[in-house]
Amino acid sequence: MSEANRGVWGVDPPQGTRMSESVQGAAAARRRGAFRRLLRNPLGAASLLLLALLVLAVALAPVLAPQGPQTASLGDAFAGASGAHPLGMDSAGRDILSRILYGGRNTLGGAVLSVAIALLLGVPSGLFAGYYAGKFDSAATWVANLVMALPAMVVLLASRAILGSNPWILMIVLGFLVAPQFFRMVRGIVADVRGEPYVDAARVSGLPDVRIVARHVLIVVRGPVIIQVALVAGLAIGLQAGLEFLGVGGGATATWGAMLNEAFQNIQRAPILMLWPGLALGATSGALVLLATALRDALEDRAGTPAAARPAERRAAGEAEAGVAGGERAQLLSIRGLAVAYARPDGTDAEVVHGIDLDVRPGEIVGLVGESGSGKTQTAFSVLGILPDGGRVSRGSIIVAGQEVAGLPEKRHRRLRGTTVAYVPQEPMSNLDPAFTIGSQLVEPMRHVVGLSRKQAAERALELLRMVEIPEPEQVLRRFPHQISGGMAQRVLIAGAMSCDPELLIADEPTTALDVRVQADVLDLLRRLQAERGLGVLLVTHNLGVVADLCDRVAVMNEGRIVETGATDRVLRDPQDPYTRRLLDAVLDDAPPRAPWRPVEARSETA
Amino acid sequence: MSTASPQHEALLSLRDVHVSFPGRRRRARTEVLKGIDLDVRPAETLGLVGESGSGKTTIGRAILGLVPVASGTVTFDGERIDTATAARRRALSRDLQVIFQDPYTSLNPSLTIGDTLAEPLIAQGGEARATRARIAALLDRVRLPADAAHRLPREFSGGQRQRIAIARALALRPRLIVCDEPVSALDLTTQRTILDLLLEIQEETAVAYLFVSHDLSVVRTMSHRVAVIHEGRIVETGEAARVTEAPEHPYTRTLLLSAPVADVAEQRRRRARRAAAAAAESAPSPDC
Repeated sequence: MSEANRGVWGVDPPQGTRMSESVQGAAAARRRGAFRRLLRNPLGAASLLLLALLVLAVALAPVLAPQGPQTASLGDAFAGASGAHPLGMDSAGRDILSRILYGGRNTLGGAVLSVAIALLLGVPSGLFAGYYAGKFDSAATWVANLVMALPAMVVLLASRAILGSNPWILMIVLGFLVAPQFFRMVRGIVADVRGEPYVDAARVSGLPDVRIVARHVLIVVRGPVIIQVALVAGLAIGLQAGLEFLGVGGGATATWGAMLNEAFQNIQRAPILMLWPGLALGATSGALVLLATALRDALEDRAGTPAAARPAERRAAGEAEAGVAGGERAQLLSIRGLAVAYARPDGTDAEVVHGIDLDVRPGEIVGLVGESGSGKTQTAFSVLGILPDGGRVSRGSIIVAGQEVAGLPEKRHRRLRGTTVAYVPQEPMSNLDPAFTIGSQLVEPMRHVVGLSRKQAAERALELLRMVEIPEPEQVLRRFPHQISGGMAQRVLIAGAMSCDPELLIADEPTTALDVRVQADVLDLLRRLQAERGLGVLLVTHNLGVVADLCDRVAVMNEGRIVETGATDRVLRDPQDPYTRRLLDAVLDDAPPRAPWRPVEARSETA
Repeated sequence: MSTASPQHEALLSLRDVHVSFPGRRRRARTEVLKGIDLDVRPAETLGLVGESGSGKTTIGRAILGLVPVASGTVTFDGERIDTATAARRRALSRDLQVIFQDPYTSLNPSLTIGDTLAEPLIAQGGEARATRARIAALLDRVRLPADAAHRLPREFSGGQRQRIAIARALALRPRLIVCDEPVSALDLTTQRTILDLLLEIQEETAVAYLFVSHDLSVVRTMSHRVAVIHEGRIVETGEAARVTEAPEHPYTRTLLLSAPVADVAEQRRRRARRAAAAAAESAPSPDC
């Protein structure tokens, strides 16, 4: 992939046309990369080979076929395979191989025609509607919806009655019928891409719209369109064959569907006649579907999404190695020698947390500070037992309120969550289900976990919302998540976390998504809850100001290790570890404000 | 509201700028900017600080022509640009550039860095050899290795991607760059290096910045002057030291007191002052 792209930059195209060439070159290079992946996939290679052979055979029909498709010798009707006629003869004494080859021209040609028309209609209109939106979009979407609502088979039968039996005309109609599929897909993708900052950046760069579409939009649309082409071609072949089979097609020309029809009429006498056209249709449709699947895999690889890690089996790691050295263990949360590892696709492990010790005592707020990728969230997730697929606690011990949770089966871990350990996430909005009211999202867990009646749970929910200082709690209970602000949503989540009276609260960047004024309020709330209920809190954050505001102690994490632990005041005032110092140096709190502006001329004189 | 001193002509001026977005369904349009006045002088950084939904990003987008201005004027170098035609807009991109917040979405994932950087140069009719040389110089300027041109964005970290975005903005040697939360998505240590890079570039090229951020401490170190925006209005403008050390408007004061500092004792004092201010606020306030 990258070698291919380097080639693009290595060559020196003629001036003036550089950009478009380099775009095409890059696109070609990417396509080559995807193509190579496609060939490496056995399904992709096989289906592509089969389709290529079919197309080749059909294209070379005049050379390969023993005779014309309509040449009949009635005396040879139903004759079996012979040297001159390897597939035998049909009911009218015509050579089956010749008819398959010539018929394929009509069948495949018809599919190509339909797809071409659908592409011509659907893709440009989809691009235009998605990019510019507005009235054209509304009108085109309306038309597309209307066409999609029509049952294709009925329309085709009707157009056969009106426009005559020419199979090509029917395929043109089919093209019109499937065009909305392309339109809707392209429009949706373009509308998404349209909002991307890189498209805005291209506009600010002074690129005209046509070039923006060619450069930034077509690339994104290309993959899905190619996949859709394979699917629609299969659909067109199937529909066409269906029509011919029903006898709706011309009947005069040889097609696979017409052959099936003819074979079906003689199914009692020579059932073997069904085999060849059926095989040709089945193989073509099957190859197209498989090709589409293989294409999707090949093109999606391009997007660089890492292959999904296989879920590793949870091992009871803690039991074996519990009791690693590390001083006296805290009562509420005590982590010793914790390592978190992710299974790589090749079976080896990637360790992201390399054996850390951490304690939270009852009623204590401990900050876990680090930059992205430091492993702080992985640590929090290990305590909660909610590591993503593929991740697991590979060694060490985590004791929560006296219970070892490393290697704990999911079922027993779940019992701890909510009642002993509760969790407040970073993104309040994405952690509320938009389809349910705040009330039902607070009430349901309490009914299931604590076993309260509906009425009791509703009263408790109200009480909780009052506790987190939400004004007019009765009304908030009836609202949906989109009707409340981010700060309010975070309060609701804190209320939810408190609903089953936990001893330990794990808050993962609980104020990062909030504005400073709201952040200050939420920090006040956490402080109050901690004071009133003696709650222990593990606060994961990157913000040293938040740590200074709230935490009794702080642990600084870097690259999967805790580099420094201590009382917040001591660590912030007198950092011992070089990384902590670097982190504190980057804080701009004490940086002086910038000096007032001076005119440029004056500046250059003094310089 | 303070404006540029008369003897130093502003490079960019906004006067009474209103922007509104169409309401959903049949609801009324929501006014996002309610009469904005701003000036940015050559080689000056004007910091624009506000919370989410305050309209700070919309100001940048209105200047760049990415959202239409409903009323009021945007003047750049003496020319009115809010009414510029599409062709004139494209030409203006020589002078007006942007750096977006999210370095992950502001670069097209399927274009190489070289192709991304070539984009503004080619759009303005640059020729091949000069373009390639310029790209090499730009990469060098933002301290990325020269072979970065052949690679794709996904091979770079957030900080490196933001360097690429800066290089793209610098490509045409603009006179003003709208920096829309350029370091908000970055880690603390990376943030510092990007800010230093922006300051260095300003010293070298005398480019002006409109520096949009929600973070007062970042804005204070970056900006000669600071404007505070709240609910679509500028509530306070002034020299960075004045606004951040002796704020006049109660909103600015709350904003300052709400931002936590990484010092336990100082933060405790801030908290107490904030609580006192909140108590005072609950009594009817005399300001607008």
